[in-house]
Amino acid sequence: MIHPHPMHHRIGLAHQAFAGDGAEAIAEAGAAVSMSRRRFIKLAGASGLAIGLVSTGGVRAAASSGSDAAELKPDQQPNAFLHIGKNGEVTIQVNRLEFGQGSHTGLAQVLADELDADWSRVRAELAPAGDAYKDPVFGIQMTGGSNSIQNSFTQYRELGARARAMLVEAAARTWEVDVSTIRTREGRLISTDGRSADYGEMSEAAMALPVPASVTLKTPDQFRLIGKPVKRLDTPAKSTGRQFFGMDMRRAGMKTVLIARPPYFGGTVAGFDDARARAVEGVDQVMRVELDRGATGVAVVADGFWPAKVGRDHLEVRWEAPASELPDTGRLAAQFEALLVRDGLPARAGDTSGLAGAARTITADFRFPFLAHSPMEPLNALIEVGGMGAERRCDIWTGTQFQTIDQGTVAAILELEPQQVHIHTQFAGGGFGRRATPTADYLADTARVMKAWLAAGRSEPLKVVWTREDDVRGGYYRPFTMHRAEIGLGEDGGIAAWKHTIVSPSILKGTAFEAFLVKDGVDATAVEGIADTAYELPVAVSVHHPEVAVPTLWWRSVGHTHSAFVMETLIDQIAREGGRDPVELRRALLRKHPRHLAALDLAVAKSGYGEKPLPPGRAWGVAVHESFRSVVAHVVELSIEGDRPKLHHVTSAIHCNLAVNPRSVEAQVQGAVLMAIGTTLAGAEITLRDGRVEQSNFHDYTVPRMPDMPPIDVHIVPSDDPPTGVGEPGLPPMAPAIANAVYALTGEPVRSLPIPLG
Amino acid sequence: MTRFNVNGNDVSVDVGDSTPLLWVLRDSLELTGTKYGCGMAQCGACTVHLNGRPVRSCVTPVSAVEGAAVVTIEQVGDGRIGAAVQEAWMQHDVPQCGYCQSGQVMSAVALLADNAAPTDADIDAAMVGNVCRCGTYARIRAAIKAAAARLA
Ligand code: FES
Ligand code: FES
Repeated sequence: MIHPHPMHHRIGLAHQAFAGDGAEAIAEAGAAVSMSRRRFIKLAGASGLAIGLVSTGGVRAAASSGSDAAELKPDQQPNAFLHIGKNGEVTIQVNRLEFGQGSHTGLAQVLADELDADWSRVRAELAPAGDAYKDPVFGIQMTGGSNSIQNSFTQYRELGARARAMLVEAAARTWEVDVSTIRTREGRLISTDGRSADYGEMSEAAMALPVPASVTLKTPDQFRLIGKPVKRLDTPAKSTGRQFFGMDMRRAGMKTVLIARPPYFGGTVAGFDDARARAVEGVDQVMRVELDRGATGVAVVADGFWPAKVGRDHLEVRWEAPASELPDTGRLAAQFEALLVRDGLPARAGDTSGLAGAARTITADFRFPFLAHSPMEPLNALIEVGGMGAERRCDIWTGTQFQTIDQGTVAAILELEPQQVHIHTQFAGGGFGRRATPTADYLADTARVMKAWLAAGRSEPLKVVWTREDDVRGGYYRPFTMHRAEIGLGEDGGIAAWKHTIVSPSILKGTAFEAFLVKDGVDATAVEGIADTAYELPVAVSVHHPEVAVPTLWWRSVGHTHSAFVMETLIDQIAREGGRDPVELRRALLRKHPRHLAALDLAVAKSGYGEKPLPPGRAWGVAVHESFRSVVAHVVELSIEGDRPKLHHVTSAIHCNLAVNPRSVEAQVQGAVLMAIGTTLAGAEITLRDGRVEQSNFHDYTVPRMPDMPPIDVHIVPSDDPPTGVGEPGLPPMAPAIANAVYALTGEPVRSLPIPLG
Repeated sequence: MTRFNVNGNDVSVDVGDSTPLLWVLRDSLELTGTKYGCGMAQCGACTVHLNGRPVRSCVTPVSAVEGAAVVTIEQVGDGRIGAAVQEAWMQHDVPQCGYCQSGQVMSAVALLADNAAPTDADIDAAMVGNVCRCGTYARIRAAIKAAAARLA
């Protein structure tokens, strides 16, 4: 059988490869990659209901066999997503990056359910860059916004149902019976006359049939896989070291590259001495290279990571700072504070006249630091360029959230057409947004290094690797952000007016996303969670987007990382100052929002809040927030030990409509909770001094560890409605739930993250 | 030339003495199950067993393993404890992105080799050096306890 991605052969090879005999075998397996597309399609086509290669070319070639099929969009073509081998093995192409969130299993579950596949014979692969794999809502290939299941649920169901219909049709023709006499179950076609066949036996005939334009989908009571706690397909490989990540990819003759980057964003090389670097054994080449955002750097090309690292350590580079002012967190704070007292761009209208005559006012300023995503697998990409003329092609193996944006960016740098750039999506060791850069920064840098390498007359494949220090200092942070709320309360404790000002650098201005997400100058990602709050509140929001010379980016749950904290801690303060129970006040303000109420009530009921007595020194903290169309509530039990909050228990409830895989939903909520706990810990911040990032690795940039993980129960509100986001929504309400418990214990509201204690 | 044993195979590698074992495993021996996460003993992704003890291979110079026996994630499942831990990992669907998990498994196996019935505090102490950015800690804890129960 031919695999859509020949590279997958290498998982086994590399595992066995030992002491040098692997390279040739890998080169051989890799050779299939450069075979021409037409030849590949032919081969793949011969092996069953086929395909799933790269791009529209393959889809079109396959689609042309059926007349209806030509009218169906690429994302409606089963043959781009599904391969059924003669042995009945089903291989599903997943149009998303898998970086921990579980859509590799989840989308396979969805398609396999409508296909009536035998789950024990289902495999899933990550699709390469290609039109068929674009997000059906956004029109680019992407993994983000907690959209993987949300936006592809119906798409994958229809794909499975279409393929099933084609198999049934093929069997009906072969057996000369009516389709209505054939049913399907666990990968088999069964006729009422007693005949039956495995999907594998009919797949070739089915492939030759037209793709049906419309199909009937199952009703929820017919689901066999959707909504079931299915085990992840990638768990065995990930428990035994067999899972390949981008970092593990190899090509014959490959060199490893580390780049010396400027210590300032946008800095450049004034000059360098590479004599000592070149003297390091294993260092092959040292090249000045152009980098992201007009910076320049020095690339060290070597045989393996360690010589590249030692070579880089031995470089002497004189850096030139950019002409603009060097960012400094202290100065930024002062600049942002000055803006807080001025009205910004209007993001939500509201009557603030009630502030003047209010019986009481609350004025609260909040501060949130830059945060690095720091996924466990540092960024990396393997690039290879070969062939001449029309056969010229570039292959990139990397874990990316933005394949088609990367493809276009790399093509422009290497002066190729996008379809000449083949992005082979690799499993990634986390990302949290960092692998979705509108500038394609790390892949653009990789392409620029390759360009310099080619200009030097070389052509070996290059693996460009970031160290942890490169990652922590590399920018694209959650923006440093401040908020000011001025709230006027009436005699009855009711909220009479609320003036809200946000100061946050825009993530999206100047990017391709500006047209969609920036309106009247307001970057939606800076005000989300407040400007669109579900609470019935007279809140007026304005925002300033100061220009800051630090690259910023979406960081798991984006603007909600700060807006939920502000909103949820203020609701607690309003409740406590008005002598009301914080849960009861939330219920009152959310009475028109049944999903919010359902999540809140479930978490509260399961936690024992208000019923279970707590030992002295402990307090409850509650928060609820909607993001990515799901609602999550957390109830925590907390005490303060030394300078750290100590969580004794967390009870979470999520309303994400239909939970395609409850195990995955639980894991995502746990992971989001832990990541949010991380934001409260001392040292969880990136600071800059005179343009230089002060942190560099996990010893000075705090990440949460095993003792920081509390016992946690995750509950899911039952629903049959189409699924909403899961990867991010667990995060926003967690830090404020902690802060609210701290407030209950200390009487001092918390106004910043990390939480200053002790 | 440094000679040592990896996963039952005698190997000799010709790299500088100060080259960390991690890069010898990954780049010279193509055993990529052992991961790079920080390079300074801060994350545990690179954990292997050296003569049965867990070490961070990113800060272990290859010269220090001359004549020693190294076991990596590729082989740890051959042992009774390793097999039980990996089985528990699969039962609990511990991994998310999976990148930290080789190191987590190696640390968990070392813990159970020392301590057949670890308490929560024992687990905290043994696993605090293994970072998981995805937040799989709750399931790691449950899987370690399940493996301990199975081995008892
Ligand atoms: S890579 Fe060795 S401890 Fe992080
Ligand atoms: S599973 Fe992703 S870092 Fe641990």
